[in-house]
Amino acid sequence: MSNPTGWKPSVGASPSAAAGAAGAGEPPGLGGAAPGLAHEEPLLFEHGSRGRCGVSLPAPVGPAPAAEIPAALLRGPIDGLPELSELEVVRHFTRLSTWNHGIDTGLYPLGSCTMKYNPRSSEAFARLPGFAGLHPLAPATHVQGALELMYRLERALSEIAGMSATSLSPAAGAHGELTGLMVIRAWHQSRGNPRRKVLIPDTAHGTNPASAALNGYTCVELASGPDGRLHPETVAAAMDEDVAAIMVTNPNTLGIFESHIAEIAAIVHGRGGLVYGDGANMNALLGVARPGDLGFDVIQYNLHKTFATPHGGGGPGAGPVAVTGALAPFLPLPMVVEDGPGFRLVTDPAERPGSVGKIHGFWGNFGMFVRAWAYLRELGPEGLRATAELAVLNAAYVRAGLSGAYHLPYPTDSLHEVVFDDQAQKAAGITTMDVAKRLIDHGFHPPTIYFPLVVHGALMIEPTETESKEALDAFIGAMRAIADEARTDPDRLRAAPLRAFRSRLDETRAARRPVLRWTPGMQAG
Amino acid sequence: MRYHPHTAADVQEMLAAAGAPSVDALFRSIPEPLRLARALDVPPALDEISLSRELGRLAARNEVSHPPFVGAGCYPHHVPPAVDQLLLRGEFFTAYTPYQPEISQGTLQALFEWQTFVCLLTGLEVSNASLYDGATATAEAALMATRITGRRRIVVSAAVHPEWRKVLASYLRSTHDEIVTIPFGADGRTDLDALRRSVDGAAAVIVGWPNFLGVLDALPEAAALAREAGALTIAATAEAVALGLIQPPGALGADVAAGSFQSFGNPLSFGGPAPGYLAIREAHVRQMPGRVCGATVDRQGRRGFALTLSTREQHIRREKATSNVCTNAGLCALASTIHLGLLGRRGLAELARLNFDRARLLRDAMAEVGVRPVFDGPFFNELALDVGDAEEVVARLARRGLAAGVPLSRWYPDAPWSRGALLSVATELHDPELIRLFARAVRP
Repeated sequence: MSNPTGWKPSVGASPSAAAGAAGAGEPPGLGGAAPGLAHEEPLLFEHGSRGRCGVSLPAPVGPAPAAEIPAALLRGPIDGLPELSELEVVRHFTRLSTWNHGIDTGLYPLGSCTMKYNPRSSEAFARLPGFAGLHPLAPATHVQGALELMYRLERALSEIAGMSATSLSPAAGAHGELTGLMVIRAWHQSRGNPRRKVLIPDTAHGTNPASAALNGYTCVELASGPDGRLHPETVAAAMDEDVAAIMVTNPNTLGIFESHIAEIAAIVHGRGGLVYGDGANMNALLGVARPGDLGFDVIQYNLHKTFATPHGGGGPGAGPVAVTGALAPFLPLPMVVEDGPGFRLVTDPAERPGSVGKIHGFWGNFGMFVRAWAYLRELGPEGLRATAELAVLNAAYVRAGLSGAYHLPYPTDSLHEVVFDDQAQKAAGITTMDVAKRLIDHGFHPPTIYFPLVVHGALMIEPTETESKEALDAFIGAMRAIADEARTDPDRLRAAPLRAFRSRLDETRAARRPVLRWTPGMQAG
Repeated sequence: MRYHPHTAADVQEMLAAAGAPSVDALFRSIPEPLRLARALDVPPALDEISLSRELGRLAARNEVSHPPFVGAGCYPHHVPPAVDQLLLRGEFFTAYTPYQPEISQGTLQALFEWQTFVCLLTGLEVSNASLYDGATATAEAALMATRITGRRRIVVSAAVHPEWRKVLASYLRSTHDEIVTIPFGADGRTDLDALRRSVDGAAAVIVGWPNFLGVLDALPEAAALAREAGALTIAATAEAVALGLIQPPGALGADVAAGSFQSFGNPLSFGGPAPGYLAIREAHVRQMPGRVCGATVDRQGRRGFALTLSTREQHIRREKATSNVCTNAGLCALASTIHLGLLGRRGLAELARLNFDRARLLRDAMAEVGVRPVFDGPFFNELALDVGDAEEVVARLARRGLAAGVPLSRWYPDAPWSRGALLSVATELHDPELIRLFARAVRP
């Protein structure tokens, strides 16, 4: 049963139609992309041969399970699972990996995602047997190093945020939002009324309203002003005694600092509400300003963004939540505390009766804590501040380099990222999507596109501090070349990407006729 | 700073290009009084050699010289080195969510393979691209059940992982959904009479498979009761290696399978990260939370993959989304996918059989020193042992560098059997010699 779908990779077939070949006549892209050899590779389930296996295990010695487990509950070998040697599996995933663009491949200016370099030393530390091989429920005397690391990370994150305490438990930014809102709700509840509404500016990430809804809150959207900022009078008009909190991303998703934040916080606090900070953009503020000093009561970090832990094709993340002293009693469990000469996990709600409870199976994504702590220790206070400064410098440089070629919908100062749009390309019938796909041919990952929603055709660029001036020059060059091409050869842009392993995918077909798993004989879409 | 490529000359040139007189001027949009006027009070910077020493010091304060006999939701297994070496390919681990499918086909095809593995192992039809962990996957499954049925009550067995039940409670608290907990009997299986009395009007019934006590619970019977009452059955699995030996939830009447694939390819890592999974019947796909990868074709008609059904998700639907999940556990799911690729049809069956085998060695070695199982229901690779005083045994063996298991009294303090009950696991990592040593240490 090798290849039961009957699908045959069309290696080398019809060169004029193959994407790689179509880009072959062009000079290398400004990000270094050149046509090269790629290998087709079927699904794991579509090759191999009955009886092959890629693992080496000792033999069992006792009687077969049928002696103890009722036959009706037993299962034989699972048909459909692959039958491959170790080399076949290694080759499979090696080939797959080459179809990906990662930070290690080239610039990855995905706005709001902070795709900075992921240090190799952090990977090595996370793999130390003392960390990787440690069980979460091992005896307390066996886990003192892990608890010390969590304790010190918690202290440092609280200091960086200007907050009193931090829960490390949340596993991602959105999970942090959910947790932060649970804390806010619990605080209101402790004062007698959880309230019903949460105010959210129109520039917010989609996770903000979704997290609010999961907490039973109704969302009220606030319009940002013509300068891309949220204005105090907008907040004042929407604020009442039924509003539990406002959720503000600062700098916001336009990369613009919400400079009225202190006044906004005062308005919200004045009516008994709290201020939640979406910390997705903390990279711009490290050592420069602290959310706690700006009037925020709660903020979630994204360690996989700001603290350089790998994003891994969609996670894992870590979304610690830092809060003021008033909210600290409501944080989820566990917390790590000093205990005599060592450290201790507080897991018993009797010790923290206000706690919202537990939000992760164990203690959070510890592997990410190790990486984040190593990164933080290598940077130190000066390095953290330099990170924010250089991230902002890089974004300012890209912004200057692209002005004139792309329309800047909000000329207000921006910090670590900048949002352009496709208005200048409209006349040629070129969209943000075309620009993004053509960037691929140059060897760059496209920016975040069509977000934030307040900008039609947004191109949201966040270069991060780990990119060199030369890398930025190349990116700017590619973007400008694309802007020229929009006028001179728009069809080429609409055909892009020409050099990628696949050309544009039919996403409508994927959604209309979902094929979400392999089955014998499957057809795509 | 090795991560900052900027020379002083670069900075000057870039400032000039940006039209800013200084780096400080770039921050002029932050009102002066709001800025931090001092350095952050965090430890000073370390060079890589000092950093290695410091992280090495912390790692050395943890005791890991023997594989722990602790499972309880996080299982010590052998991870073939090929898994991690492939995972470390930068194209995988330095990529993010595959928003641009043309340059993310590696991640996407692997996710499609992950979804297929989840379906094959659980016997269900559709899976998503992973969730944070087993606990949150179970909570998301319960929330999904309330959306599908329009009901608000969740019935959960007391033999479902207690920490997962805590997470479930936190997730449901603010929406006022009700949770009813059903006891289990002397065989460690859910009390079906109690379930029968509580199931009417429930959105879902959650049963462990195997359950927290290591026992193969009464999943088929519970699922039949749930179906009669119009409730969905959620099978919660922490030890997914079991699915290589025992019937999948889908074949036993479960509508939803949720849990963790940590056992495949993911180290213990003090409890995280590890990939949560969720599998459902196709009819409910539009109510499924989280990202999902689908097959399609490119402009040349070649098969390719893309994230799909995004109209369920927060970035389109905002507050009306099926969940707020965005970042999930993609790299952990990839680790599981690689490991399952290596195991395959034969290897998974062998691994599951071997785990069954080692747990019998553990039970028999304990019987030789007079220690008996607490529950008499069938078990996979984990069981509760009556050691007399479980806390004392754990503390005593900890001094010898052995993690013996977890005392069940921490979660079931009032049960008559709880003082002696030590929950212990045996996997392919616990060789017969170590198992005998463990048993002799429990009862010297």
